[in-house]
Amino acid sequence: MSATLTLDREHVGLAPRSWKMPIILSILTLAAIIFTATTPADMSSGVALAWSARLGTTRLTLPTLLTIGILTLAQVGVTVWSWAVAISRKKLASWWVIIFGTAFVLVFLLWAVAGKENPLQFTSLLSGALFLSVPLIFGAMAGCVCEHVGVINVSIEGQLLAGAFLAAVVGALTHNAWIGLLAAPVAGALIGCLLALFAVKYWVDHIIVGVVLNVLVTGFTNYLFSTVLAHNKEVFSVAVRLPKWSIPGLSEIPILGPVLFAQNALVYIMYVAVIILQIMLFKSRWGLRMRACGEHPRAADTVGIKVNRTRVLNTILGGAIAGLGGAFFTLANGLAFGKEMSAGRGYIALAAMILGGWKPKGALVAALLFGFADNLQNALGVVGVAVPSQFMLMAPYLVTVFAVAGLVGKVRAPAQEGTAYKG
Amino acid sequence: MSDTTSITPRRAKDATSAATSAPGSPDTNSDAKPPRSWKATLARITNTTWLTSLLAVVVALVVGAILIAAADSGVQASAKYLFARPGDFFGALGHSVGGAYASLFQGAVFNISSSYTVADFVHPLTNTVSYSVPLIFAGLALGIGFRAGLFNIGAQGQIVMGATLSAFVGFTWHLPPGLHLIACLLAAFIGGAIWGFVPGILKALTGANEVIVTIMLNSVAVYLLSYLLTLPAFRSPGSFMPISPAVDASARFPHFFGSAIDLGFVLALVAAFAVWWLMERSTLGFRIRAVGESNDAARTAGMSVPAAYVWVMVIAGGLAGLASTSQLLSGSSQQLNGDIASTFGFDAITVALLGRSKPVGTVLAGLLFGGLRAGGYIMQSSTGTPIDIILVLQSVIVLLIAAPPLVRAIFRLPDPDKRAKVKTSRRHEVATVAATQPIATVESTAAAQPVGAVASEEVVESDSPGEAPTDAGPGDTDDTVLAPSETEAQS
Repeated sequence: MSATLTLDREHVGLAPRSWKMPIILSILTLAAIIFTATTPADMSSGVALAWSARLGTTRLTLPTLLTIGILTLAQVGVTVWSWAVAISRKKLASWWVIIFGTAFVLVFLLWAVAGKENPLQFTSLLSGALFLSVPLIFGAMAGCVCEHVGVINVSIEGQLLAGAFLAAVVGALTHNAWIGLLAAPVAGALIGCLLALFAVKYWVDHIIVGVVLNVLVTGFTNYLFSTVLAHNKEVFSVAVRLPKWSIPGLSEIPILGPVLFAQNALVYIMYVAVIILQIMLFKSRWGLRMRACGEHPRAADTVGIKVNRTRVLNTILGGAIAGLGGAFFTLANGLAFGKEMSAGRGYIALAAMILGGWKPKGALVAALLFGFADNLQNALGVVGVAVPSQFMLMAPYLVTVFAVAGLVGKVRAPAQEGTAYKG
Repeated sequence: MSDTTSITPRRAKDATSAATSAPGSPDTNSDAKPPRSWKATLARITNTTWLTSLLAVVVALVVGAILIAAADSGVQASAKYLFARPGDFFGALGHSVGGAYASLFQGAVFNISSSYTVADFVHPLTNTVSYSVPLIFAGLALGIGFRAGLFNIGAQGQIVMGATLSAFVGFTWHLPPGLHLIACLLAAFIGGAIWGFVPGILKALTGANEVIVTIMLNSVAVYLLSYLLTLPAFRSPGSFMPISPAVDASARFPHFFGSAIDLGFVLALVAAFAVWWLMERSTLGFRIRAVGESNDAARTAGMSVPAAYVWVMVIAGGLAGLASTSQLLSGSSQQLNGDIASTFGFDAITVALLGRSKPVGTVLAGLLFGGLRAGGYIMQSSTGTPIDIILVLQSVIVLLIAAPPLVRAIFRLPDPDKRAKVKTSRRHEVATVAATQPIATVESTAAAQPVGAVASEEVVESDSPGEAPTDAGPGDTDDTVLAPSETEAQS
């Protein structure tokens, strides 16, 4: 299939037209038009914007029909443009998609809260979304590291859970959230070790190991929860919480300040981790070497890179990153450990990584999207919106299905991920 | 010469694999899909001897024993004075571990001490059988996917959707007995099949990764069910809980001899036979297997790979949907609730892996894990050991069976693969040698040996033809002789 495409391109000199993007945008635009058409003219939507701790909160009352009408028009514009771009065999620039997505989400939000007594708490919607996406982002970063080195990491779920468990236990034993935070990556790295052992040393299929490791960690933590933790409640059910830090200066930026810079330490670590990984993966010697192991292990071996050693070390590193993310469930939320706390977030993180095109940057955006959808049902629930929460919860999964089926055609996984290197 | 038959194929294979991944050929390289290594894993699982499986179970039980002991307060207390009175420690150890495993066994197989009636005696076994039914159905479903090269993690969602549709038919339609049951079974199959069709068609049309799509659809199914349970149509009248009305009595499985075994188990066995027939005897099954072995080859042979993907996912989804009937049409409540699928979908992955994706293996693996579950509940109630330990046992067993070298390393066993290979090639060589002149063999063997082969081994090798016709040679010698060429061929 791809062979014939390359041939055609050589002979004709034209890229194939791809209709996926305009079709998807058209469908979403249609939905926005339906929202607009079903809105009575006299309704208004209340939105509360908390600018910052000093500036206080403003309550905006927007005329619903006018506002979402304008936003829908903007979407129509982007959609028309996307058809034009597709006809001329080009790719729609990603910021058009971002504009479109923002407009669509705003249309939906304003439509949903139209005519309600309570305003939509916009700032807390965003900050909550960022907070909820923390484990997804750490998980997706772990996925990036492992996949670029050629190991498929399905055990992110288990690593998150193990991290949450050890962080809570160590935190409770020491009454110190910081020591708990140090313990979280250790637990994740242990699972990473197991993954590396079976995937790299014994050539077991990576997806199988990942799935089974998730079961193992679930069973293990559930077991310890119902025995050791349950028998010594006074010791282990102590919840410790990472303090919230408002960064002076930065947290005073309107809207962005309270969203980005009034969070706890784990969130700041996440910023640093994403930036470092984005740079290191694509600009450093370490990144080049590990990507070589994922793309073409034999070539990497030929130039003297120890493929399997690199794979093992980076898989363990990936596990540690995911484990750190696991601290979110316990330390960042100030909770003691509970059974199956990670609740499938590891799988979502994996999807976020794939949606983000195996890049930290993209995975960050995708994970934020999931976090946003997750928090949306909280925020809309407060407002008292009639949309069933189940559909809001379902949305990110459906988006992922659409994205995997439609949008991800272009991005490419590391060529040799999931294969054993029998050097 | 004779040696070329044994050594050349390996070399040739290596040469082709080297060529496909050679840096000089970017076209082949970018087009060649990386070999799906889990196919190799499944192949390896298939080749595992029963000994490895047994040892894997032993290791799993040891791991479980360590966990049981570590969590036991008696063991913890006696460990504090371990060196003063080791007897206490080992007594406590035996008490906790032995007690737990004894009740696990009694709950899963038979209970001698319970009473004297036959029904009570076999009661645990019938429990095991009934717990195994959903695992067998879902395991069969996943096994078909594995053999087609599809890693379907979506059994969980398919079970949920099968249960939803089946329950709806079960409590809204009021049909005569047999007919109602058939309608419910069909509904379960269709519900699961629809949920399997989606990833199948997406994979076929757009190449969407089935792992991601099925994982996502699992969650979608759970939320969809929890939404449906808020609707009046699905809500049990007068109930504030998200629970549906019970399925009509006319749609329930008949039980055999008043035991826990019901028609579900028979249907599971029938399904296993049907899957065997489908995969081994039908054209569709042949296509499915061909696509699983190499979809490029299947496409070249004129088979439709997308069609195979869709069929596999529809059948797998339907089978997984049927797994829901063991809860819905025979369980204790017969009501649809949010937890109807329990963790069967995920447990079934381990069942299918342990069963090597074959129907018979899946039935046996389903019985084993069903037994662990049945026994686990008894263990939990009688000794207080949480049933979660079963998950640990299951995952350790599957991990070890997927990695036979690890089991061999733990028990210091020789590598049976290597020995078998060497033996056949040696026998073949020896037979030909006997027919021709021995001197040539010595030369060809020496020539066939890699340059780096140790001289002393060549001596062994050149000595052997004299005595070889009577004896294929002790395995250990053979291992050392051919081991270097093996490693050379791989590196």
